[in-house]
Amino acid sequence: MADEATRKIVSQIPILKTNSGPRDKELWVQRLREEYMSLIKYVENNKQADNDWFRLESNKEGTRWFGKCWYIHELLKYEFDMEFDIPVTYPATVPEVAIPELDGKTAKMYRGGKICLTDHFKPLWARNVPKFGLAHLMALGLGPWLAVEIPDLIAKGIIQHKEQQGS
Amino acid sequence: MATVEELKLRIRELENELIKCKQQRSQDSVPNSVFRPRIEKMSAEVVDSNPYSRLMALKRMGIVEDYEKIRSFAVAVVGVGGVGSVTAEMLTRCGIGKLLLFDYDKVELANMNRLFFQPHQAGLSKVEAAEHTLRNINPDVTFETHNYNITTVDNFTHFMERISNGGLQEGKSVDLVLSCVDNFEARMAINTACNELGQTWMESGVSENAVSGHIQLIVPGETACFACAPPLVVAANIDEKTLKRDGVCAASLPTTMGVVAGILVQNVLKYLLGFGTVSYYLGYNAMQDFFPTMIMKANPQCDDRHCRGQQGEYAKREAARPKQEVVEEKEEEVVHEENEWGIELVSEISEAELQDASGPKPDLPEGITVAYTIPNKDGEVNSEETVEETNQSLEELMAQMKNL
Repeated sequence: MADEATRKIVSQIPILKTNSGPRDKELWVQRLREEYMSLIKYVENNKQADNDWFRLESNKEGTRWFGKCWYIHELLKYEFDMEFDIPVTYPATVPEVAIPELDGKTAKMYRGGKICLTDHFKPLWARNVPKFGLAHLMALGLGPWLAVEIPDLIAKGIIQHKEQQGS
Repeated sequence: MATVEELKLRIRELENELIKCKQQRSQDSVPNSVFRPRIEKMSAEVVDSNPYSRLMALKRMGIVEDYEKIRSFAVAVVGVGGVGSVTAEMLTRCGIGKLLLFDYDKVELANMNRLFFQPHQAGLSKVEAAEHTLRNINPDVTFETHNYNITTVDNFTHFMERISNGGLQEGKSVDLVLSCVDNFEARMAINTACNELGQTWMESGVSENAVSGHIQLIVPGETACFACAPPLVVAANIDEKTLKRDGVCAASLPTTMGVVAGILVQNVLKYLLGFGTVSYYLGYNAMQDFFPTMIMKANPQCDDRHCRGQQGEYAKREAARPKQEVVEEKEEEVVHEENEWGIELVSEISEAELQDASGPKPDLPEGITVAYTIPNKDGEVNSEETVEETNQSLEELMAQMKNL
């Protein structure tokens, strides 16, 4: 599924217990608490390992999430806004993480800037329902996508570092 | 007051309005005689001016007993893309009573390798553009369009409401739901809705490499629902290693999509009008021109509790029904002596991992396989750390996350 380093990082993300989606009233709140706990732990782990790379927050129902993710390439930080909705069928299906500003810049994206998770992540998610949560989506879905796509987009000159733009 | 989201939506509405006006203007120059008036009753009269004469001939030939019945049905088409738009056009030309179209996408020039939509419609919402074209083809059909994504919480509630009440007569449910979407999330959403409502539906799909496709009839409780097994795929018999995925997420061909739409609507007509044998699953492998078929029973351990509920209902119905002579189709045992179709599991995982991760595979005929397997749920005592119990409220956790 991934290299040894990723495996280690992922094994330190707490797994979730409650199998419930946004249409389940109280159970969803329980799941949301677990999501937040898992995410907080993952971000803290990342900070400790000096590998902090994203922030996420949600509306109060926990159905719409937004935040930032960044990628360091040749000592320069490239930051992007991300967003996604929790689908009604969550956690059976993965949310479609979107980076709107990259829409149309890479073929490994679906309309609206939704990153392509089909091959590298969806089967893995399906095998781990309901244990995997949003932190796993970040670590095994968005993380690897950024690691492959961003250097490629920079090399092709499709994205430029914000401070270097216009210079 | 209005949020950015609302304003964006409003802009999109206005853009659509503008494109519609432009279309209207270019159409006003077309003579009115091109558009035919509505026809109250289907006629079997064989004259050049009767749009239904060839369809009504199906009765005379003894294929269909009562073709006019088609006008009493309402069909929902979810996803008006390569397959859905052609499906909708076929049903429109066949004189279906009512069509409900659901799609959140806009027509793009990148869609022009597929059928139905035209370049001048680029920018219009797919449902609006489709309604416009279809109404011109057959004004006897009633249309209802919804331009939204069915997988979000609010839209899903509305979607379910329209499936239950959007029939030919308001308040009655639709007769059939057709899934012509291009992603797993939307299929699962349709599956969830149909399981809850006990709504019969048909699923369709074209593979991302454009050389295989399938259709499937799902009767909740009776046949396998979409969550009963991992997604089924028609083995294309292509060596995974030669399949280049560099820089592309999906390919598409008008041919494969046309074929799939054709077999889908054929199945719809057979199901609604009661002729021939209705297929439960029909695959299409374009590389070998192979059409595997099968029927799959519902999974008693399905993750969807509504599916399990429907299975109970179905069992009761069956028990209450007077015993019929068993004319059940005997499925032929398939012995896998050789792996001619290259059935294999998802790569990128080691043998050991495969062992751990792979679960039972449903018994499938030659040429059909699952996209991936799901491990057995039992014995899940592993060393992985689960989230701790905490007394922190959701609000506190949200605040903590924000302050990180």
